[in-house]
Amino acid sequence: MEDIRMRPISIAGKRQPVRLHGRVKSRVQRGLVYGAAALTFAVLLFLISYILVRGVPNLKPSLFSWTYSSENVSMVPAIITTVEMTLLALLLAVPFGLFTAIYLNEYAARGNKLVNIIRITTETLSGIPSIVYGLFGMLFFVTYLHWGYSMASGAMTLAIMILPLIMRTAEEALMSVPDSFREASFGLGAGRLRTVFRIVLPSAMPGILSGIILSIGRIVGETAALIFTAGTMAQIPSLLQSGRTLAIHMYVLSGEGLHMNEAYATAVVLLIVVLLMNALSALVAKRLTKK
Amino acid sequence: MHGVFFVCALVSILAVVLICVFLFANGVPAMQKIGLDNFLLGTTWKPGNDLYGILPMILGSVYITAGAIVVGVPIGLLTAIFMAFYCPKRIYGFLKPCTELLAGIPSIVYGFFGMVIIVPLIRDIAAFFGRDISGSSILAASILLGIMILPTIIGVSEAALRAVPGSYYEGSVAMGATHERAVFSVVLPAAKSGVLASIVLGIGRAIGETMAVIMVAGNQPRVTGDMLKGIRTMTANIVTEMGYAADLHREALIATGVVLFVFILIINLSFSVLKRRKD
Repeated sequence: MEDIRMRPISIAGKRQPVRLHGRVKSRVQRGLVYGAAALTFAVLLFLISYILVRGVPNLKPSLFSWTYSSENVSMVPAIITTVEMTLLALLLAVPFGLFTAIYLNEYAARGNKLVNIIRITTETLSGIPSIVYGLFGMLFFVTYLHWGYSMASGAMTLAIMILPLIMRTAEEALMSVPDSFREASFGLGAGRLRTVFRIVLPSAMPGILSGIILSIGRIVGETAALIFTAGTMAQIPSLLQSGRTLAIHMYVLSGEGLHMNEAYATAVVLLIVVLLMNALSALVAKRLTKK
Repeated sequence: MHGVFFVCALVSILAVVLICVFLFANGVPAMQKIGLDNFLLGTTWKPGNDLYGILPMILGSVYITAGAIVVGVPIGLLTAIFMAFYCPKRIYGFLKPCTELLAGIPSIVYGFFGMVIIVPLIRDIAAFFGRDISGSSILAASILLGIMILPTIIGVSEAALRAVPGSYYEGSVAMGATHERAVFSVVLPAAKSGVLASIVLGIGRAIGETMAVIMVAGNQPRVTGDMLKGIRTMTANIVTEMGYAADLHREALIATGVVLFVFILIINLSFSVLKRRKD
């Protein structure tokens, strides 16, 4: 696209004098634009630095002891639960999301009715708020399937929640692979399946990965979908036991009001994970565009 | 393998169907038992007395969402204009990921931030003017949600502004318009439907937000127009009471979720209509 950030041409302004209030208006508009942008980034900066400044001094070694007790609200069980939950949800969502994207982009005929329905359902899924996912998870996995408050219920709920994100990013990545790659592969006698797995997927990998990394960020930060599916027990859980992730740990701590310092510390850990995930995803995506 | 891919593709359809079926099957009976009028238009929520009117919560969601739009849309839209037409290329590469980071921060962290910064600030300012309030209020939730929808508004609006052909801008500058005039009077109107779509998406985010709202809105189920008083949203209603609810109370909470779900479906629908119109 052309660079449209050029300065206005002043000759025209001189020949046909711009009315004074027009010039003032322009100046006000410019001020508003800069002011709003400054405010947006100032809020972000303030939020991050405030949490870091208040939280980092509270990151005491005792918070990383192996077990949780009411005297020492260690976050280690929560960290392990978060890792478990992330892996489980990804394990469920990535194959389905990726294969759906492959079906939509590599197999389905253009203008296929089913493709449209799938796109509409994906859009619907991505607009549903996490509390509705939480309710559904509670009704279906916890109650109807009798899984109780458990890692399995939580991970299934989260898997459905991140499915549209993984699907969309994977589809975009597949779409960005030039058709000439596929044609060359077919021309050399490879079948469709081999073309997909040997040629298309490797070139689309950075895009797919950056989508997966973004969903890790969402899983780690999720609360509303997990309270009534995975529960809030502070322990290192097995598949059918309840466990609290870091975000829920933080919610419980700040809700009690007794452990504000620990809540600050948890916020720091959450924030750092999210910062890392975002940076990583941007880095991976950058590799994609460079190529 | 074709079959495997096909079956996987059906999962998202299955998920939507399951979500609809289980929500409606568990929520609609409660609405019938309570009576649709009493449920949707009742102004008293007292599960102890078997009174389940969720009008206060519906209004709470609407007020707070409207507040978030008032706070977030002007700032977000102007920031989007900055990103598209004012931002020097050198710092764009740094600021763009920042707006994405704003979207990535967990809502629980936003809520915590609101709880320790925005709420006390409102309390102190009100105390200065001689009003004794807790600070958890419609205003606090509106400001916090306004911040939280910024990345949505900025991202979608910026894309819409960039999608306007460069000739629009060039044409108006050639006619003697200033940079501002060209952007605000020519490019911005041309990107109108995309900007509207971003607002609709922002509304969806705001109305569905749960944890952050719970931490700053006060959660009192009452009908009030006072910006400085606490209020409860539909999402907060579900989370604050689901832990101990049973029988009809529990079903009424699920029915609250159904009402929220219907709101979201309507918002999604208008979003896709706007998006189609843009294409």
